Amino acid sequence: MTAQVPAPPAPPALLRLLPAGSYAGRSRALLLRSATASRRAWLAFVSGFFEPVFYLVAMGQGLGSLVGVLPGPDGAPISYAAFIAPGLLAASAMNGAVFDSTFNVFFKLKYGRLYEAMLSTPLGPVDIALGEIGWALIRGGLYALGFLSVMAGFGLLVSPWALLALPAALVVAFAFAAVGMAATSYMRSWQDFDLVTLAILPMFLFSTTFYPLSVYPRWLQLVVEFLPLFHAVELMRGLTTGAVHLGMVGHLAYFLVMIVVGVTVASRRLDVLLLR
Amino acid sequence: MSGLAASVLFVADGLVQARGLRKRFGDFEAVRGVDVDVARGEVFGFLGPNGAGKSSTMRMIACVSPRSEGALQVLGMDPDVDGPRIRARIGVVPQLDNLDTELTVRQNLQIYGRYFGLSRAHVRAKATELLEFAQLTERADDPVEPLSGGMKRRLTIARALVNEPELLLLDEPTTGLDPQARHLLWERLYRLKREGVTQIITTHYMDEAEQLCDRLVVMDGGVIVAEGSPAELIERYSTREVLELRFDPALRPAPDALARLAERVEELPDRLLLYTADGEHTHAEVARAGFVPLSALVRRSSLEDVFLRLTGRTLVD
Amino acid sequence: MLLVVEHFWTWYRRNWRATAVSSVLQPLLFLLAFGVGFGSLVAGTGSAAAATGGVDYIVWLAPALLAVSTVQSAAFESTYPVLSGFKWQRTYFAMTAGPISPAQVALGHLLWVACKMAGAGAIYIGVIAVFGGVAGPGIVVSLLVAVLTGAAVAAMVTAFSATVENEGAAFNALFRFVVIPMTLFSGTFFPVDRLPGWVQPVALISPLWHGTELARSAALGAVSQPLAALGHLAYLSALLVLGVALATRLFARRLAQ
Repeated sequence: MTAQVPAPPAPPALLRLLPAGSYAGRSRALLLRSATASRRAWLAFVSGFFEPVFYLVAMGQGLGSLVGVLPGPDGAPISYAAFIAPGLLAASAMNGAVFDSTFNVFFKLKYGRLYEAMLSTPLGPVDIALGEIGWALIRGGLYALGFLSVMAGFGLLVSPWALLALPAALVVAFAFAAVGMAATSYMRSWQDFDLVTLAILPMFLFSTTFYPLSVYPRWLQLVVEFLPLFHAVELMRGLTTGAVHLGMVGHLAYFLVMIVVGVTVASRRLDVLLLR
Repeated sequence: MSGLAASVLFVADGLVQARGLRKRFGDFEAVRGVDVDVARGEVFGFLGPNGAGKSSTMRMIACVSPRSEGALQVLGMDPDVDGPRIRARIGVVPQLDNLDTELTVRQNLQIYGRYFGLSRAHVRAKATELLEFAQLTERADDPVEPLSGGMKRRLTIARALVNEPELLLLDEPTTGLDPQARHLLWERLYRLKREGVTQIITTHYMDEAEQLCDRLVVMDGGVIVAEGSPAELIERYSTREVLELRFDPALRPAPDALARLAERVEELPDRLLLYTADGEHTHAEVARAGFVPLSALVRRSSLEDVFLRLTGRTLVD
Repeated sequence: MLLVVEHFWTWYRRNWRATAVSSVLQPLLFLLAFGVGFGSLVAGTGSAAAATGGVDYIVWLAPALLAVSTVQSAAFESTYPVLSGFKWQRTYFAMTAGPISPAQVALGHLLWVACKMAGAGAIYIGVIAVFGGVAGPGIVVSLLVAVLTGAAVAAMVTAFSATVENEGAAFNALFRFVVIPMTLFSGTFFPVDRLPGWVQPVALISPLWHGTELARSAALGAVSQPLAALGHLAYLSALLVLGVALATRLFARRLAQ
């Protein structure tokens, strides 16, 4: 048998800005690796779908019985379940992306020493970053699709705009994954992950996931409006209820900024972290 | 004239060439100016104690650690520019196994092959061949974690061969293995050498270096302190035989008292080493001089003695 | 056994920050989000008052959150730390190499978890009081109930962890399919009868539901059905005994390896 190791292709123009040798254009091999690994851990894979569904059933039905109806984004009354479902969709996009890009990446970095093995092949740090983020997105996309199907089953999707909730969920997940990975590159030990919980949990609870912004006093509203998850929830809620307006481009812009900043910092830092 | 021609030839066939290679981590300088030439087909060794700078040098050659200073060419290319291209043609066995514990034994080989851009069909056939080589065919579909240390090592080596590398880098390949597993591994590495795979090995075991290496450098404190074949080094820095004497601590003579009986005397915490051409003869002379050791051992001199001579310290404490 | 507890205490004094986040700050955030935030949304609505029996939502919620956070930290403390004692740090093996028996290690672990839950719960009650969630001294009984519930869960989870060889999938499934549904479907945030009929039987087997019912009636000073209260108590105690029996046995088996 003869060796048929193809030379890595020259990187596309944009990526030539990166340090030489940090990108071999083969991040797809990492997707293959993740898909193969998750075939053995299918239970964990499937379980990610159920968590938001449990929340939807419990909170939508149970808490909903205490609330009745709420004014939707355009003022028209909607059921409590229809109110929180897009919030849960946004939150699960955030949670999945952050978990994958922080805990999982840190574990592979420090304990599995998996990236070390990958870096002794033609793969570079940028291949790894793109591959990991790509997998987080594929996973997040599947969960979002599953959750949207459940919403449809409960009759919570009333507008064709809801179809756009899927790509929107991917944008949100990408943004959180990019920033999460950038943050992970600064982590030194597991102790630092308290800070991740400390950032994620309040966001999950207070970003109008469970009740409208009007509950807060004005100064607190301003704080909440600053949080990324708030923009994700607004985006999703507008799409699934059909209350679409031009201002939603602003929410989208928020995530594009997060993506650009996150990817830039992460790929710089991965170089420092991996190629000592 | 002929010398010049020879050196030109040598350079043309050199797989690795380093001049004044340095590696700094902050204030600490792990490698302090190393010159190395490795020719195609040879097995080249870095021998030295822990912290001598062997692994740092290896990581630079493997193109996973940018050099701080100096010139380095691997397969005729510069790692700073052509890292991925070089890595596509070399195989790396790291000091600690970094197998993918989320995959099975076979998947570890196949997926790793995919990182090199090899086709699905190719890696499937290659994995079967390498499982055979690593004697892991029966464990092919098991997870990696329950494998023994020797098996994991063989799998790591098999994995490094998936791209049919021209150059194989092995960082302390047998550290932590039991004697039986070590011998099996040496046998496999010897087979690769016969197949023409150039190998660079780091080790702090002199027996490993003597067994495997055609040529080696002794490293200490980030610099090369000697270079040559194992036999040359022993010839140059040691005597043919060594007499090892253990004394009751109360009756132990000062090394100077024995100096006239041997070419050289080294004092270790638990014994005295007498370097001599004829160990049995020296043993008799020691007895005649009235010294009564608890035990005496005559052995061939080894790289350990070379190292002791060069640095004043033993390799493995 | 106290020696075992002392060992954990020594460790804790150096690493308290992480657990402070999970056992005090986390329930505090839930209290703010649901007790204060959601509470203000439903304040004055008839449907909420009907569900809580007329008391403020935060007062109704607070004892249940006490039980939830106790159960969650009980579950967490009995997964990775227990596996680590067997697998990574192997502290359990070190302990049993001396005069300590495997059963004592298991009991020591549970006692330690119970102490920690009681301490965190006491701090948490102070926090609840600040936000006006404490109706009366009955909350102290709620704390005892919460610790009992947590201990029962900790014992069962500890027994489970003693059989786990490989972390990832097993603990992930435990949290995703047992712990999280338990917190959502045990009447913490709303009465169980508001759930669809097919989910309601889940609550009956959930130790957290029994604990929540008990803790809530104690806090509100309204033990309307003594027989039901006894039933809850009996269920939790039985679970604790079963869990301890399983845990000690499985510890002995694993530490004999």
